[in-house]
Amino acid sequence: MSDPNLGGDASGVADCQEAVRRLYHFLDGELTPDRKAEIQRHLDACSDCIEAYEFEFELRLAISRGCREAVPESLRIRVAQAIAHEGPEL
Amino acid sequence: MADQAMFSEQAMEFMPQLYTAALRMTRNPADAEDLVQETYLKAYRGFGGFQDGTNLKAWLYKILTNTFINSYRSKKRRPEQTDLDEVEDLYLYRRLGGLEGATAGRSAEEEVLDLFTESEIKDAMEALPEQFRLAVLLADVEEFSYKEIAEILDVPIGTVMSRLHRGRKALQKTLYEFGRSRGLVGDRDV
Repeated sequence: MSDPNLGGDASGVADCQEAVRRLYHFLDGELTPDRKAEIQRHLDACSDCIEAYEFEFELRLAISRGCREAVPESLRIRVAQAIAHEGPEL
Repeated sequence: MADQAMFSEQAMEFMPQLYTAALRMTRNPADAEDLVQETYLKAYRGFGGFQDGTNLKAWLYKILTNTFINSYRSKKRRPEQTDLDEVEDLYLYRRLGGLEGATAGRSAEEEVLDLFTESEIKDAMEALPEQFRLAVLLADVEEFSYKEIAEILDVPIGTVMSRLHRGRKALQKTLYEFGRSRGLVGDRDV
C-alpha cells in the first residue's frame, strides 16, 4: 500500500513544489496532522499557493454541485413498490 | 433482524446520491433509474447480512458500483479508453489565473462557479474514462475517503490516488476546452 505521507523534508515547512504535490491529499483530508501542519505553514506564508489551493477547492465545489441530480418522483415510487413486492421476509 | 420499515428508514435517504452517481455512470436516465432500482432490491435482499454500525452509504455504493460493472457496462459494450494524456499540475488554474484582476470584488468561488454551466460540468465528468470517472465521482461528489473508495471499487489505495490525480487533471483539461470553445477563456501562454 502506498502512503501519501511519504517524502518531504524535515524542516517543518513545505516548499511550493511540495505544496502542489500534496494539494489533493490536503484537500481530501488524507494527510497526517504533522504533514498537514507543514503545508498549512507554507500556505500561511505563500500567497501564490493559497490562491491555487482556493481555486482547486472552489472548483471541486462547483463540480460537486454541478453533478447533483434531483430524484424523479416516479423512481421513488418504483423503488418503494419493488421493495413492497419483495415482502417482509428477508 | 431487519425489516422493510427499518430498511426504508435507513437506506432511502441516500437515493439522491445514488441516482446522481448512477446517472454519471450510465450516462442516461433510463439506465440510471433501472440501476438504482436494482441496487435497492439487492440491498434489501442483503440487508439481513449488513452489519449494523458499519457504513451503510459505502455499502450501498459498493452494490451500485458492482451492479453497474457487472450488468450495465457489459451490456453497452462500450470500448473504454483506459489511459489518459499527461496533464500538468494546476492545469486549469494556470490558464485561468489572473481572471480575478479583471473582476475585482468577486470571490474565487463566484468566479469558478460562474465559469462553467452545470451541463458542462456533467459532460466533462461523463467524458472521463470509466475507471477515472468512478474515482472522481466518489471523492469529489460523494466525499468518500481513499480507504472507502478502495473498498467500494475493490482496488488498492495507491490505485485510487493515481486515478484521482489523473482523473481530476483530465477533467480540468476538458473543462478548459469547453471554456475555450465558448470563447469564455482565451488562449494563454503558460
